[in-house]
Amino acid sequence: MDSETIGPATQMPPPLLSLCGITKQFPGCLANDAVDLTVGQNEIHALLGENGAGKSTLVKIIYGVMKPDAGRIEWLGKAVRIGSPAQARSLGIGMVFQHFSLFEALTVAENIALGLNNPADRVGLQDRIVDISTRYGLPLDPARAVHDLSVGERQRIEIVRCLLQNPKLLIMDEPTSVLTPQEVFKLFETLRRLAAEGCSILYISHKLEEIRALCEQATIMRLGKVVAHCVPKEKTARELAELMISAKLKEQDFGHKIASTAAPRLVLDRLTIRSNQPFGTDLKDISFSVAPGEILGIAGIAGNGQSEFMDALSGEIPAGSPKNILLDGKPIGHDGPAKRRRQSCGFLPEERNGHGAVGPMSLSENGFLSAYVRGALHRLGVINRRRTFDFAAGVIKRFDVRTTGPQAEARSLSGGNLQKFLVGREVVQQPSLLVISQPTWGVDAGAAAAIYEALVALAQAGTAVVLISQDLDEILLLCDRIAVIAAGRVSEPMAVKEATIERIGLLMGGSEAEAVDALPA
Amino acid sequence: MSMVEVSNFIISIIAASTPLLLAASGELVTERSGVLNLGVEGMMLIGAIAGFATAHATGNAYVGVLVAAGAGMLISMVFAVLTLSFFANQIATGLALTIFGHGFAALLGANYVGIAAPVLGKIAIPGLAEIPFLGPILFDQNILIYFSFIMLGGIAWFLRKTHAGLILRAVGDSHDAAHAMGYPVIPIRYGAVAFGGAMAGIAGAYLSLFYSPLWSQDLAAGRGWIALALVVFAAWRPLWLLAGAYLFGGITYLSLFLQGLGVPIPSPLISALPYVGTVVVLVLISRDSRRIRLNQPACLGKYFHAVA
Amino acid sequence: MPYRLEPRGERSQLWSYASPVLAVVLTIVTMGVLFAILGTPPLTAIETFLISPLLTVSGLASLAVRAAPLIMIAVGLSFCYRANVWNIGGDGQFTLGAIAGGGLALFFPNAAFWWFYPIVLVAGVLGGMFWAGIVAFLKLKFNANEILTSLMLVYIAQLVLTWLVTGPWRDPMGYGFPQSAMFSAGATTPDFGTTSIHLGCVLAPVIAIILWQVMERSVLGFQLRVVGQAPRAARFAGFSNAKLTWIALLVSGGLSGLAGIIEVTGPIGQLTTEITPGYGFTAVIVAFLGRLHPIGVIFAGLLLALSYLGGDAAQINLHLPNAITGIFQGVLLFYLLGADVLILHRFKRVRAPAPMVLAESVK
Repeated sequence: MDSETIGPATQMPPPLLSLCGITKQFPGCLANDAVDLTVGQNEIHALLGENGAGKSTLVKIIYGVMKPDAGRIEWLGKAVRIGSPAQARSLGIGMVFQHFSLFEALTVAENIALGLNNPADRVGLQDRIVDISTRYGLPLDPARAVHDLSVGERQRIEIVRCLLQNPKLLIMDEPTSVLTPQEVFKLFETLRRLAAEGCSILYISHKLEEIRALCEQATIMRLGKVVAHCVPKEKTARELAELMISAKLKEQDFGHKIASTAAPRLVLDRLTIRSNQPFGTDLKDISFSVAPGEILGIAGIAGNGQSEFMDALSGEIPAGSPKNILLDGKPIGHDGPAKRRRQSCGFLPEERNGHGAVGPMSLSENGFLSAYVRGALHRLGVINRRRTFDFAAGVIKRFDVRTTGPQAEARSLSGGNLQKFLVGREVVQQPSLLVISQPTWGVDAGAAAAIYEALVALAQAGTAVVLISQDLDEILLLCDRIAVIAAGRVSEPMAVKEATIERIGLLMGGSEAEAVDALPA
Repeated sequence: MSMVEVSNFIISIIAASTPLLLAASGELVTERSGVLNLGVEGMMLIGAIAGFATAHATGNAYVGVLVAAGAGMLISMVFAVLTLSFFANQIATGLALTIFGHGFAALLGANYVGIAAPVLGKIAIPGLAEIPFLGPILFDQNILIYFSFIMLGGIAWFLRKTHAGLILRAVGDSHDAAHAMGYPVIPIRYGAVAFGGAMAGIAGAYLSLFYSPLWSQDLAAGRGWIALALVVFAAWRPLWLLAGAYLFGGITYLSLFLQGLGVPIPSPLISALPYVGTVVVLVLISRDSRRIRLNQPACLGKYFHAVA
Repeated sequence: MPYRLEPRGERSQLWSYASPVLAVVLTIVTMGVLFAILGTPPLTAIETFLISPLLTVSGLASLAVRAAPLIMIAVGLSFCYRANVWNIGGDGQFTLGAIAGGGLALFFPNAAFWWFYPIVLVAGVLGGMFWAGIVAFLKLKFNANEILTSLMLVYIAQLVLTWLVTGPWRDPMGYGFPQSAMFSAGATTPDFGTTSIHLGCVLAPVIAIILWQVMERSVLGFQLRVVGQAPRAARFAGFSNAKLTWIALLVSGGLSGLAGIIEVTGPIGQLTTEITPGYGFTAVIVAFLGRLHPIGVIFAGLLLALSYLGGDAAQINLHLPNAITGIFQGVLLFYLLGADVLILHRFKRVRAPAPMVLAESVK
């Protein structure tokens, strides 16, 4: 330390927040195991870890949503007990959740008012919302209902809600997973400015480059424990990743194929569909084709029509005309899911619980759910239990699903294991077309690698694969061509080599014209 | 029709509409918090017999109304414990409440069949009640009719204008978000269920202490169920509820009126009018499924388990 | 609160069988308390209510006769509820079955062919299906809530029946009583020997066993279970929600109609204004108590049938109102729903407050 700083004010200011030995046990899982964490004043501090490392539990404890089983919390050097979010807010802690805690049916102003405990804070609220949101570059209309807003706008509500209370600590849980690269850039500007004005930020993420760009300090968690404290700028992304993931990273590079000249397997021709959800996104005029053996990635931010797109391809929502969707030249737009499967299609939606699988049913029954059509698992309306059981057992064996057997209930499996089973269920049917959404969402790194290998192998065997994902890294890793879905429109697919992050980002934000300008010369 | 006849006609419609309005406005608050209590009919019956027995014993109809409100609230707490604390299916529990209410009212009421209790008297508002035509309609009614209007206005104001009302709506819209923000979802819902129970109890007392002062076993006659349909009809909005309650009160009275006129339609078929009307209105309203889904509290009927 | 509910993470096999037993025990205890309040010695009253009806052959026969309609309706309701279709209008479908089949029987009073009775039964089944079909149609075509429509149709069916037996179908020789003529021998449910046990008592368990097999082994049963537990997964699998809703409601309406026509052509023998003491609603309890499982429904149907006999016995021997039956049924369902929490949850003692340093508690 420099000798000049020693003087009358030698005493270091106490850290803003300091956690010591925080432990939280859930049935069957130790989510936090004696976790220590210190956030200094004016500091942007990263909390880094894989899905399931215990980050979310820890911040919920800081924000008073959950109570720790053991441990000590200090705020500005004094021990405190945070029994509720209201107490956390009165200390000066604000939080922006990963899954926003917003009320769809209420307006922006009402949503914000619900986050303000002190009635005095609610006086003249509309004006103050406009004031704060313009000051920090977060434009918002207080009178709009939330269900009309984009995901980025929703995040702004949460941020503005926190800022209205002049927080000393702002917790942000995976804030960029829903933003375009351009929006991320703007968010970082806002956060840096806040830190400069005296508000510390606890930034939760598993995206390494972001953390290196933004954060001054980092705490890394793995399986509920803190494994390292470090300065992220002094580490490479790879070093951070190796701290975060237990095993040494295996280089994964599947290479990209050049566009196939074979006749397309799947053709979408001006597909337009009205959403059947109350707050859904309509699909507009989607056209592209996918060749056998090709993996086409559909990138985009959540809530831009991905679930409608999945439903349209799987046949859960029929297309306007049969000719909107052609499979090997045959119109299938009016065929339902079972009929499409009979024609050798496979599907796996994003949501595992209650959509791709039935939680309270056995793996055997969950296998039957999609494989009954082509697996000959029933005869004359009666289920062939033997074959159904064997089918599930085969998937479990081939994909190394950790479970007690085909009779186990789907909900008893971990997210990664269930996803391996479900991907396996579709893959072993050797479909000629596979449409899969968010295959590694909430899945640990090991399972994700297994799923990637299965998808690539399937494509090499000649299956046309459509991969819908919000994870751009995943798409760049696996896909041969990329298209972007934004506000229900899908952009013209481009080869991965031509795709720059900037261009994809502009497309995600829905500005097609600018994206064309950003083409490499 | 003379002016007096018209005025009597309107007074009769008000009389027939009020129990629906009372019960439905309670249920509206319950449903806005995200809880579907199908036991309105049972709570009404329990309120009816509790109010009747109390009024009969004490000689005071007002005490009867208070006890009816308490009884409705008490039985609604059984529903609340089962569905909110024990995660029981709300549909099944509501049905159990109705079956129990029928049995309970029949058991306690066995000795009262055909007996009269003190009736809720009319309260004329001095000065205003003498206004020709409008006076008797608006200002010379029993206390529960005034109460039904005051409560409806109060509920509309509460939901729209107060912060507590905003919190109640928020809990019904997303209990997970409300919980994450630190609002006590379960206690708020207990409160909303209790309010619904009290209002249903009062609606029952209205039937047994005013509308049909002789005790009979099937006093409610499906009014609790019609009240449930009304909440759907109103798309969970108080002012529409008022319109719906008066529409159905009108239909109910019309079926009595037609029987009185001696129209050549068999009286059982005329009596079916309110029930047929409910089905028809339900069909007309539900056709626009988008409107229902936009207005229906998103958490209605779903159970909530906080991870603490 | 020293105890807290905590999810088990999986179904407890033990409690899915033990919870109905616990509910029955708690109900009996509660009824004992209620009897004491009503001034009857509890043990005597429970003996009269639950045991005395079982001590005679004719009592057992009555039990079977009462249980038959409950089982038939409840098996159909289980089918619906598994598919998440909330038909609570069993009473209306029962009544329409009685009207349709009974009307046919009244129209041909002299039909004495052996095959006339089966036709009457089929008419009853169709009547019940028609009434439930209205519910399905309104739900699928207009999105109308089936709970409310099926219930309104109960009131309407009852009023139609009242109209028929006080008007066009009233027995001219009946001294003005609101009832139809007695059905002819050709349209009467056969019974066995000297007991009151009739064909329906045999049909009910047979139907239950058939539907059990359908539920367990068939693709249709699988589809119904998936659509009930996870409607989106059913769509994903390509199961038609509309088709399954139709099937569930038609099966359940048909069975209620069958119960209705057997009841009026059997124990009652004519159409009257009161052909059901709320069988359709009691069957809801039967279905839940039987775990929505056809075999469970048989046992639950017998228990609830006993509650009717017990109510009658309590009225005759103890001079208690037979509304006791309704209380018993409601309380039983309350306890069952409450006890079911233990299938997916357990009570856990909450440990002493978290060992945190409580230096400064924040307001």
